Amino acid sequence: MEPIFAILVGALFTVAIYLFLSKHIIRVLMGAAILGNAVNLLIFTAGRVTREVPPIIGGDTDTLSNAAANPLPQALILTAIVISFSFFAFLLVLGYRAFQELHTDNSDEMRVAEPMVEQSPPAGY
Amino acid sequence: MRTVIFRSIAPYLTSLMVLFSIFVLLRGHNEPGGGFIGGLIAASALAIYGIACGVAPVRRAIYFHPMAISAFGLFMSAMAGVLSVFAGVPYMSGLWIYPHLFGVEVALSSVLVFDIGVYLVVVGAIGSIALALEERDRD
Amino acid sequence: MAGKTEPLADLSVAYTMEKVAAADWLVAAPVIWCILVGSLLLMLRKHTRIQPLIAIPALGILALMTLGLLGHVIQNGTVTMTMGRWLPPFGISFTVDLLGAFFAATSALVALGAGIYGRSDVDDTGRRYGFYPFLLLIMAGILGAFMTGDIFNLYVWFEVLLISSFGLLVLGSERKQLDGAVKYAFLNLIATTLFLVATGYLYGLFGTLNMADIAVKASELRGTAPLMTLVTLYLLAFAMKAAAFPVNFWLPASYHTPRLVVSALFAGLLTKVGIYALLRILGMLFPFEREELSFLIAITAALTMVLGVIGALAQNDIRRSLGFLVISGIGVMMAGLALGSPAGLSGAIFYAAHSMVVMTALYFAAGIGARLGGSFELTSAGGLYARNAFLAAMTLILFLSVAGLPPFSGLWPKIMLVKASLDIGAWWLAASILVTGFLTTITVGRIWVLAYWRPAPGGDDADTLPISLPAGATVALAGLVAITIAAGVWPEPVMALAQDAARGLIDPSAYVLSVFPVEASQ
Repeated sequence: MEPIFAILVGALFTVAIYLFLSKHIIRVLMGAAILGNAVNLLIFTAGRVTREVPPIIGGDTDTLSNAAANPLPQALILTAIVISFSFFAFLLVLGYRAFQELHTDNSDEMRVAEPMVEQSPPAGY
Repeated sequence: MRTVIFRSIAPYLTSLMVLFSIFVLLRGHNEPGGGFIGGLIAASALAIYGIACGVAPVRRAIYFHPMAISAFGLFMSAMAGVLSVFAGVPYMSGLWIYPHLFGVEVALSSVLVFDIGVYLVVVGAIGSIALALEERDRD
Repeated sequence: MAGKTEPLADLSVAYTMEKVAAADWLVAAPVIWCILVGSLLLMLRKHTRIQPLIAIPALGILALMTLGLLGHVIQNGTVTMTMGRWLPPFGISFTVDLLGAFFAATSALVALGAGIYGRSDVDDTGRRYGFYPFLLLIMAGILGAFMTGDIFNLYVWFEVLLISSFGLLVLGSERKQLDGAVKYAFLNLIATTLFLVATGYLYGLFGTLNMADIAVKASELRGTAPLMTLVTLYLLAFAMKAAAFPVNFWLPASYHTPRLVVSALFAGLLTKVGIYALLRILGMLFPFEREELSFLIAITAALTMVLGVIGALAQNDIRRSLGFLVISGIGVMMAGLALGSPAGLSGAIFYAAHSMVVMTALYFAAGIGARLGGSFELTSAGGLYARNAFLAAMTLILFLSVAGLPPFSGLWPKIMLVKASLDIGAWWLAASILVTGFLTTITVGRIWVLAYWRPAPGGDDADTLPISLPAGATVALAGLVAITIAAGVWPEPVMALAQDAARGLIDPSAYVLSVFPVEASQ
């Protein structure tokens, strides 16, 4: 299974990086969402893909009886999903607000903070 | 989306979903569920009510500002960990008490307090984003 | 597990059974305090008058806590608290060594300054948008990053500080702010995602995320695992966070757009978190790989500092100029990381602390100057010396300090770094530090001459009358200036502290011993 996942992660990274190279904010946003998923899959694969039972301790015991799947990557991925979800929501609102205010989602034309023609500092006293 | 059927069903659906979210929250310690998923269910309940009846009634119904709810949840979660100061154990240790209420043993823990805090954080944060986006659609 | 029946298993295998000493609570207390007060202030968002009354004393208590923690660490060595009673490496450890405690205390002092300054700088709208809550929450993120002993937890604290910094950056939602925030947000998101990618690989290789555990296992895995790939990814991710050339362009695009106090706080603290992570992960966990990469890091450092200061030289807006000076300072710190020797690392640590205080204070000074009737534009500013000589004097002290001239705190770390580079024969690194100092002197000298010394360009008499300074802002500025003077004329304690912290990075056995008391003593 691991090689398939590895190729899939690579493909997702490729797509994400391709989208990041775009000038348009909305595509970059899509790229960020895909990159987040690629990373989650990467962590999942890095935690070893096994066909074990879920790591749940039964009601009458206090320890795991047999080999079980690794619960830690799941916890890491859950955290990463929550974070990337909130980031995505924030960036969506930010991009939308920026589009409303600046009337463009082309990052080349977003020059309010860094104007194209900048005044140079005085050359003499 | 403001059809008659949807508008008349929405209040019942919302109250059912909030009830179910609390059920999911409380069973979360030993069964699948918990504060995060419960909070998501409750937030989507608020979103449905907002779509059906408008955002203003939702804001009236939850009374507090969603961010304030979220902040209270964060406060509660952090305080749940602070309880362990009094037990002399590290931060965020699970502490349990077993009071008998009406003859039934009830297991209460700092973990539950933490989980309720998470629930409120999620309801507040996701709810405020959802309501803000719905409000924007209308104008 | 439910029910109060006696547990079947021996809990001491998984649980720490000792009582926690009260002093150990200092490890977790600053972060908990920030979260508690921050969430309380978020609930009181509408009560703009009460907010500073709660926030400023709370930041004062925070500064006391971190100073107490620093004292505790100096006396008793590294302290650890592992959350939820689990034994490390299963529980998340907070491990504070000298480096973490030193940075935490410095950043808490800077945040106190920002809280006091913000009282007069942030109006009611800004407070309603949540300046004080976000200030406390960003401090939770920064302190958490300095104190945690777990790499994934470090990622989480990075995100906490990042999301609060977004909130601070768009305070007020002006057009310029939105433009700057878009670039800041996307590039920082990519940086933290790279950090997460590297952490995923690291977990796959090591099977642990606890830093002390990694430090022990890194030597076993060396040669069999692709550690170089891992460390290069970390270097890229943290260099992006720290704004090192060529991945620094988010900083000049955004740091001049928010409210001044927010710029000051970001300039002082955010990039230093990236430097801290570089020092911790490359300096402590993977010293061999850092050695392999040291030439690359040194070139990056030299380019960052020289190009940073050339950028500063070309700006007309004082805030943008200061933004480029932040980048230039990052280059100096990375030079210390590239050297990797005790002298180099301690120089980087000292310089980072110096830069936290001085960069924040410089923004404060520029803000007060702009409020006194000057402006942020060099072409139109002028006459500030005539309006208030005290402000001009304090600004001059800060300018000399940032340029690395005696007798202020910028001098000593630069001496340490230049000497350390000459010791290993890297004359070009030493030369670039000195050239950077020279160009910085020209940059700040020109700002001082134009904005402070020359008469106001308008020539109006009303513009040259002396006026008094805003009280709160001046207190914040003067406090930070006092720190840079004190560290400049009496550098031995700070230097000793930085050297001890660097020794703790190079030989992490004390760090490991603090997390695993039993195993390490066997």
